Amino acid sequence: MALAFDEYGRPFIILKEQEQKSRLRGLDAHKANISAGRAVARILRTSLGPKGMDKMLQSPDGDVIITNDGATILEQMDVDNQIGKLMVELSRSQDYEIGDGTTGVVVMAGALLEQAEKLLERGIHPIRVAEGYEMASRIAVDHLERISHKFDFSDADIEPLVQTCMTTLSSKMVTRCKRTLAEIAVKAVLAVADLERKDVNLDLIKVEGKVGGKLEDTELVYGIVVDKDMSHPQMPKRIEDAKIAILTCPFEPPKPKTKHKVDIDTVEKFQTLRQQEQKYFDDMVQQCKDAGATLVICQWGFDDEANHLLMHRNLPAVRWVGGVELELIAIATGGRIVPRFQELTPEKLGRAGLVREKSFGTTKDRMLYIEQCANSRAVTIFIRGGNKMMIEETKRSIHDALCVARNLIRNNSIVYGGGSAEISCSIAIEAAADRHPGVEQYAIRAFADALDSIPLALSENSGLQPIDTLAEVKSQQIKENNPYYGIDCNDVGTNNMQEQNVFETLIGKQQQIMLATQVVKMILKIDDVITPADY
Amino acid sequence: MAVERLFKDEATEEKGERARMASYVGAMAIADLVKTTLGPKGMDKILQSTGRGHNVTVTNDGATILKSLHIDNPAAKVLVDISKVQDDEVGDGTTSVVVLAGELLREAEKLTMAKIHPMTIIAGFRMAAECAQKALLQKAMDNKQDPEKFKSDLMKIAMTTLSSKILSQDKEYFAQLAVDAVMRLKGSTNLESIQIIKKAGGSLRDSFLDEGFILDKKIGIGQPKRIENAKILVANTAMDTDKVKIYGARVRVDSMARVAQIEGAEKEKMKEKVQKIIAHGINCFVNRQLIYNYPEELFADAGILAIEHADFDGIERLALVTGGDIASTFDNPESVKLGHCKLIEEIMIGEDRLIHFSGVEMGQACTIVLRGASSHMLDEAERSLHDALCVLSQTVNDSRVLLGGGWPEMVMAKEVDELARRTPGKRSHAIEAFSRALQSIPTIIADNAGLDSAELISQLRAEHHKERTNAGIDVISGGVGDMEKLGISESFKVKQAVLLSATEAAEMILRVDEIITCAPRRREDRM
Repeated sequence: MALAFDEYGRPFIILKEQEQKSRLRGLDAHKANISAGRAVARILRTSLGPKGMDKMLQSPDGDVIITNDGATILEQMDVDNQIGKLMVELSRSQDYEIGDGTTGVVVMAGALLEQAEKLLERGIHPIRVAEGYEMASRIAVDHLERISHKFDFSDADIEPLVQTCMTTLSSKMVTRCKRTLAEIAVKAVLAVADLERKDVNLDLIKVEGKVGGKLEDTELVYGIVVDKDMSHPQMPKRIEDAKIAILTCPFEPPKPKTKHKVDIDTVEKFQTLRQQEQKYFDDMVQQCKDAGATLVICQWGFDDEANHLLMHRNLPAVRWVGGVELELIAIATGGRIVPRFQELTPEKLGRAGLVREKSFGTTKDRMLYIEQCANSRAVTIFIRGGNKMMIEETKRSIHDALCVARNLIRNNSIVYGGGSAEISCSIAIEAAADRHPGVEQYAIRAFADALDSIPLALSENSGLQPIDTLAEVKSQQIKENNPYYGIDCNDVGTNNMQEQNVFETLIGKQQQIMLATQVVKMILKIDDVITPADY
Repeated sequence: MAVERLFKDEATEEKGERARMASYVGAMAIADLVKTTLGPKGMDKILQSTGRGHNVTVTNDGATILKSLHIDNPAAKVLVDISKVQDDEVGDGTTSVVVLAGELLREAEKLTMAKIHPMTIIAGFRMAAECAQKALLQKAMDNKQDPEKFKSDLMKIAMTTLSSKILSQDKEYFAQLAVDAVMRLKGSTNLESIQIIKKAGGSLRDSFLDEGFILDKKIGIGQPKRIENAKILVANTAMDTDKVKIYGARVRVDSMARVAQIEGAEKEKMKEKVQKIIAHGINCFVNRQLIYNYPEELFADAGILAIEHADFDGIERLALVTGGDIASTFDNPESVKLGHCKLIEEIMIGEDRLIHFSGVEMGQACTIVLRGASSHMLDEAERSLHDALCVLSQTVNDSRVLLGGGWPEMVMAKEVDELARRTPGKRSHAIEAFSRALQSIPTIIADNAGLDSAELISQLRAEHHKERTNAGIDVISGGVGDMEKLGISESFKVKQAVLLSATEAAEMILRVDEIITCAPRRREDRM
């Protein structure tokens, strides 16, 4: 730890308790940071691509998660290292922004760091490296734009969308029925999409899972599925043309927020209070009835007495419905969420063509289906699967597929997958590097090398000879001037990704490159790491 | 330079071969654990809980065994999970599914040793599973059209399921019991309407199926013990002190006289409530909550049978069978639907007195009273019977049937073998391995019965090379026998679920190449 001295030669304390802190400076700091970043990338590297392996993660509570979704792995990994955390953030932001390519972005950043280390060893200043990377990334992004394709789809012809989602799903555990799932995802997105404004609100798609059955039983419900049942076992299980009152107030006597006491000191008071109480329940049910509701969905619970009254008046009810679900139901049925009984009016009721309760398996699990809603813009993807892990993994995969479909609706440009876009960018950057004067040239060339690492990892995971394959594909691309050659991971027999129908969204790819570059730049700028001592 | 620490303290990371090895070992250990319980001659396990009392459970139900284990190995947890799901979904085959997944992994381990990539193995397994499923579909028999035959199918399935359980001594008797109970459901899979009451004492043979409903409660003192043509009101209401529910209400008095007055008012209120209930014209009142002495006395005066504290299930079931509503308010007697039954009486089973409702409106529900020497025995009997009921109710819906005794496994193995021969490439090794894993199930059944498994399996395989054979392992005589003649059948749905979930689980474990274990959450030291 460096010490400073004043003019009389006395040591000068800069940091609080500095002798207990460890400190890394200069090249050492760079190297430590780079190796941490690479360690994270190394973990994810084997999960890349359709033949990527899964990771098994055991949470602090002992639950097991099996996944190959980069963002999930990193999130669950409990990383302690600061730089490691940066990488986790990186994959998370890719997840938020794009929803797919979370593994690729981390592998890319790892490769960039690896190349940077070599340059640093040769004595190139980190800032120059960072600048070179920045230039290279701009070239890559522009190049991607050039090699991208517009592709057409419409409501009637969803095939291209389905194909893209299938590419995303093919790297997941659910490849077995990627076709079905891709179709479900595309239909769900189209159901809620606003094609005019090119916008999709993914909040309107609810993904619900229930253990049991087969993956093939997964279905798309045009409506809402709620994991609840009717509050009274004898209420009707099937309601047609339901008018739904959506309440956030409990069926209970009011509880004013201000503290108060009702004193009972005479028999009369006791009796009036009793009558009052009964009236409350009666009034509440009556108000619902008067508004014309045929189904009550309530955020809170209700008393046995109220329950019976509802049952008695032939007004089916569902209790303890969560806030998010309540909102979705309100959107789907076109109803309003009503916080007070007095405000219940016929206009505020939601409408649904069919509400039914469905039971599963040998256990008494039941779920409520609300279908044929007035506003069919809310849908539910209902996942079935062999076990909880499978369902969780399917949920994550479906989420990725949904994001991809959404991105395509927002921007229908695509690039081809299988590493072809990376290889093509790498070639373009390599060519640009030679024209660039100055030290940055080396960094730009290093960037090109880093881009190669994605197809390398892909072919490695697919059990191909990585260097051979890459060299072959690269020369093929240059020779035929065709940027669609990539790694043939599935052993189909052709390297042409256009023929294989493997594509990814343009914005996803661009985002990957930009995010990875940004994080690497940030890491490269750190030259001093001060850590407090372990206590 | 190596990174000193990427993860938090105590978090561990295992990679590549080591990770794979850890999951194979864990999964196989679990499979080996339950392996010996497979088949009619399988052995039981004693499970002792760590909780208070160190309760002991004796069982050979795979799901029950695995549920009670504390497992640290993540791969093993996957297997426990599939057995749980199998239990929820079809109710039986919980052991088979774990054993099959374990055997698949055992084969996969050999293949990875031979440097075949896990992804190739998975591809092979998938093809094999598909082919096996097709083979099953072809061979499945459906006797839905013929009610006579269908019933005998059900009977056979029930007997096969029970033969591996504690009830095997009286399997015919219990199979009949289970089939009767399920047939009453008329196709619904709602097993809630079948109530199982366990009463220690007597022997298993004394168990019986009752067409009515039995409530494990006593009749209030001084009330009629026998009611014919009963009108029943099923209620869920407070019959102790009916509190005022308005928030913040409290009683504040300044003299003893006032207290007495209010007490009187309370009593009056209760009396009114009771009067209202009586006004329904009932002669039996069943409440989920407690009934205090005072209202009970009032009921007794009115000659009404009052039953207190029937639990949630009891109430719902009773409402279901008698066809009445569950009421909580009593102001409009005309609109409350009352339940009816021909006869309510107190019966004695062993030492205990129970209330028996017979001649109920809904014919679906019934009660099975289990008798047995000890509570462990009864618990196990209940589990066995539950398995049988689950399988039967699923079979009623999906009436396809297969033969048992290792027959379906051999059929699948044969088809899968054929497929392996036709498939070029490395995948064929995996397909072959799949068939070996399938064959290991009859092997284990034979081993558990103390038979010469190698000899038997080879005979069985030769037998299966002929067209249309019904050969399977006859554990009783210790040879290869005709399963159709022996009447050993299994439900198609169970077999299919076993096949699919076992493959799925094996696939999931195979795909893993790294295990990251987070630091266990610290718990406060509790004394």
